[in-house]
Parts: sequence; structure tokens; C-alpha cells
Amino acid sequence: MASQKKKKSAETSNILPFEKPLEEVRSRLEELEALAGKTSQDLGEELEFYRDRLNRLTKEVYSDITPWNRVQVARHPDRPLVSDFIDHCCENWVELHGDGSFADDRAIVTGLATLGTQRVLLVGHRKGRDTKGRMACNFGSAHPEGYRKALQKMRLAEHMGLPIVCLINTPGAYPGVAAEERGQARAIAENIRDMFALKVPVVAVILGEGGSGGALGIAVADRVGMMENSWYSVISPEGCASILWHSADGREKAAEALQLTSEPLLRLGIVDKAITEPSGGAHRDPEGALEELKEQILFWLDELLALPPEQLLEERHLKFRNMTRSISVLETAMNPAQTGHEEPLPDPFSASERRAASLEPTQEPDSEA
Amino acid sequence: MAWRIGRKKKKDMPTGIWSKCSECGSTIYNKELVASSMVCPNCGFHHTVGGRQRIEMTVDPGSFIEHFTDLRPEDRLNFVDKVSYAEKLEKAQAKTGNSDACIAGVAKIQEHEVVLSILDFAFMGGSMGEVVGEKIARAIELAEEKKCPVIIFSASGGARMHEGAISLMQLAKTCAALNRFKEKGGFSISVMTNPTTGGVTASFASACDILIGEPGALIGFAGPRVIQNTIRQELPEGFQRAEFLLEKGQLDLIVPREEMREKLSTLLDYSAHGNRVRA
Ligand SMILES: [Zn+2]
Repeated sequence: MASQKKKKSAETSNILPFEKPLEEVRSRLEELEALAGKTSQDLGEELEFYRDRLNRLTKEVYSDITPWNRVQVARHPDRPLVSDFIDHCCENWVELHGDGSFADDRAIVTGLATLGTQRVLLVGHRKGRDTKGRMACNFGSAHPEGYRKALQKMRLAEHMGLPIVCLINTPGAYPGVAAEERGQARAIAENIRDMFALKVPVVAVILGEGGSGGALGIAVADRVGMMENSWYSVISPEGCASILWHSADGREKAAEALQLTSEPLLRLGIVDKAITEPSGGAHRDPEGALEELKEQILFWLDELLALPPEQLLEERHLKFRNMTRSISVLETAMNPAQTGHEEPLPDPFSASERRAASLEPTQEPDSEA
Repeated sequence: MAWRIGRKKKKDMPTGIWSKCSECGSTIYNKELVASSMVCPNCGFHHTVGGRQRIEMTVDPGSFIEHFTDLRPEDRLNFVDKVSYAEKLEKAQAKTGNSDACIAGVAKIQEHEVVLSILDFAFMGGSMGEVVGEKIARAIELAEEKKCPVIIFSASGGARMHEGAISLMQLAKTCAALNRFKEKGGFSISVMTNPTTGGVTASFASACDILIGEPGALIGFAGPRVIQNTIRQELPEGFQRAEFLLEKGQLDLIVPREEMREKLSTLLDYSAHGNRVRA
């Protein structure tokens, strides 16, 4: 692809360690392609051979990457950002700034956008592409005013009857003095609580990094997706490593232990879908990845816009209320013997019955007396 | 039969004969410390109180009836650092006599019926995993069912990372319950004690109707060490203490421990639920 060739020098410096075997084949292929343009010699067979080899090797390497490799892909400098989504997938973009009381946090962008024929409010973490841009966006780590801006605009969307699309890409909310002074925790808590009350559809997708409360602060949604090579967890692998392994070197182990990739999160029901990325990761074909993402968002919005608001709110509540309940926790809601309740409870996911099950005080464990 | 305070061995009390105050450095006999509700007699610092002692000093004697004791945590991710999470759980259970870091139940505070939920710092730093999140949510739903207020005391390092994204989802679960409770007119009080940080502060502890801090309590999103490592500067005097938060407009009030029961009762009087109970 022409655009890829142009970017070649930039890409060479952005090669992830585990991608090196791929890069050797790719550079050989590129040499051949350049040669084929200059000579009358028929290189068709050889080109075919290297293309095939690159495809197979890419699949092989990516089928076997570690959770830490996934984190590296999620942070790849060429990975599509929210700003790319706006440029590539949104028409009639109108950015709306500020939280209405303190400041305009550039780490979270909000605005009106048209996806295909669907008008939406877009909320997303902004990371910046170059050093200057990254610094201006505080590397995607928002302050409280960012979360308050998001909530204020989401309420505007509710007022205007527009569905909400949230794109998450943050290492975490900013841990700084000013952020604490202005109530980082409270801003995030209020977002999480109040997003349950928004009477319009909300779709959230983890684009790259889904770091803890800073991600969840704009990720309470009716459908939650994640890009195939993104991560989503309670803490970054580095943060976890520094606490439990007492060094940043433990990050590979931490990434593994945290189960922060799409497969386990799908299994746990924390995300609804892993959105397939182009072969070799979204950084190999950003536009292809964004197209796929846009299609999935539009598909979900279609589904959700058909629901009456009451049902939407009830389902959103139950989705998170019942999320990740382990078998033993479910059993205490279902098993009348354990709770002292007399009647069997047919549906563990029914809110009223679950509550009824937990009404009676429970047995004292004998062993402690 | 439900069990009450005092029937169980108090495993969350300080061990040994004396303790050293982390604030003023003075040596205090543990008996004296427990008798003064873990408030340092020398400097007045409000030290972390064990879950059971907190109940005892907050509710009308004998009124607490514990609920949801059959919820038990699991090591669902097979999380291992130096030791496995499963092992850590067993240790914490043996140490505290509780199945996890949350104790919840129904109680009376000066005749007001309330649902009370307490995070016990002695159990893995009061961290929130699935069982803690579930208990908080059920406590809120129980209050909704009983049409009484819910009071949540927190002392926690935040979400429990040994449960990965499962623990993160407890922020959403507890806030889902609080949102519903609020919509139905429920009244909620959060008391943040030393220390309350991370995913607990960033969810139910900051999402209640009234936010109370205990004097001197460390309350924040990020821990001071994380902030210091990020900004590489000295932190301002009193940073992230309850008094600091109050000044910055992040807390409704600060209540000393000895006035807590009285103050909660007054707040309950003002709530619609409180009136109903009194009537
Ligand atoms: Zn002292």
C-alpha cells in the first residue's frame, strides 16, 4: 500500500520486539516490490511466495503472543486513536469543549458526530500522536474536569435524544495533586453512577488501553466492546508489578496474572465482543480497523435504538449488577437452603427475586465459636 | 440463627500489649487504645478500627444482625504473585474470622433502623473484590427493600487487583445499586475513614448522598506514593487528609469518632426514612 511505504521510516522505528521476525520478511518483500517496479523481469512468483509467507508468519506470531505483547500492541505509536476515528469515520464533527465550571480537559474529547446516517455524541480519551500532542493531552490521563465534561455532554446528548459512543484509551486517570484537589475519585464515581441514569443508548469500546477507574468513568454502557488487541483491567501491568512484584520488571508476569486481554474478559462477560483487527494488528492497517469498529458501533446502535428507554435502563442496570457473578455468589442468590428462604427462586437474574433471597439473615458459621 | 456482636472472638483488635502511634510516635497500651475507640490519647489521631469494633461503637447494643455471610470469595483468575491469592484469602480469613473484607447487616442507631455496611481494613487492606462489591450492592438493595437508609463505612486500599477486571466491575455494580436506590428515594451516607483510596473512593464511597470523613483520614483516588512517583515533588502539607478534602469542597462534613453515633442519628432524623421510622 502506498501510504504504508511512505510511512516506512517511521514504522521501522516502531517495530515491537516480538514483531522482528515479521519485519525481516516484510523488508525482503518491500525490496522485491521496489525491484519489480524497476525491472522487466517477472518476479510474480517470488512476490507471491513472500506475501504468502508474511501472511502465514503474521498469523503464527499473533496467534501466540503473550498478554504483555498485547499491551505493547495496544500502545503502539501507529495504532489508531480517537482523533483518527473522528477524522476517518465521523462527518459533520462539532467539538464541544469544557465542563461548564472549571476547564476544558484535553485528555477527553467530546463532540457531536455523524456516523454514516446516525447522529451521536462522541466521548473519547485523546492521546495525541506526536510528543507535543501527547503532552497537550496529558497522555490520555484525564483530570476530574475531563470526567465532568464527559458527564455534562452526555446529559446534553440525553436532552437532545442522541445516543452516546464512548471510546476508551487511557493508561488511567491522572494521579496528581491538582487532580486530587478537584476530586478525581468523586468525579469518576459520579460518572459511573449517573451513566446508569442516561435515557439514551450508550456504546463503549476499548480502543487501546482501558486503565482502571479512568476507563470505567466513561465505560458504563449498554454494549461494551474491545478491540482485539486492547487491554482492560483494574490496574496497569506496571502498577500491579510495582505493588506485587516490587519492580517494573514484573510487568510481563502482571499482564499475565491480571487476565487483561479480550479472551478472558469475553469469557467473564465483562465485554460483549472483541472487535477483529486487521492481520498483524490495527497499527498495520488503521483505516481497516476503524471501519470494522464503526460497523460494530452502528450495528449496536441499531439494536439499542429499537428499545424503549425503560427497558434500556433496566437492562443496563442488570448487565452490571449481575456482571461477573461467580457460581458460588449466584448460588447464594438461588439456593433457598443457604439463605433461609422457603421458596425456590427460579430466575437468578431477576432483580426482585435476588433481593428477596438475600433478605433473611444467615447462619452463623459454627467453627468460629 | 443470626449472630450478634460479642459472640465471636474479636480477631480484629490490635495484638500485643502496646502499639506505637504512627502519627505522634507515642507508645499506647492497646487496652487503652481500644477503650478510646482507637483514637490516640496523645495526638487524637483516628487510627483504623476493625470492622467488628466499628459496629460495636456505632450501633445500639445488640442490635446488629449480620446478613450475607454465605458469600465467599474465590480465586477465579488463579492469581499468583509470590503466593497465590487463594492462600492470601485463607490467611486473611483466619486472621479476621470473616469471609471477606465487608461486613453487612441490619442495625439500629439510636432507634433508627439502618442497613450498615463496613469495610474491614484488616482483611487484605479492605480491598474490594467480587464478594465485597456484591455485599455492598445487596446491602443497598436490602435498604431499598426495608425502606431504610444505608450507611457505609470505608477503610480500603481500593479495588483488589488479584481479581483483575472482576474487581473493577464492582465499581460499576455498587454504583448501579446506588443509582437505583437514589431514584427510589433512598438515603445513603458514606463515612470514609483512614485510609480510603482507589476504586472504593472512586465508586460507592463517593457516590452516596452525604459524604463524611473522619478527622485526619487519608482519602483519595491515587495513593500518595503513586502521586509522588508521578510528579516527583514533595506533596503539600496535609494533602489528601479529610480536612484538606473538606477545604477543597470534596466532603460534606468531618465527624470525630466520639460524636459519630450522635451525628449519624441526627442525619437520620432529617432523612425522610428517619421520619418514617420515628412516626
Ligand atoms: Zn498519636
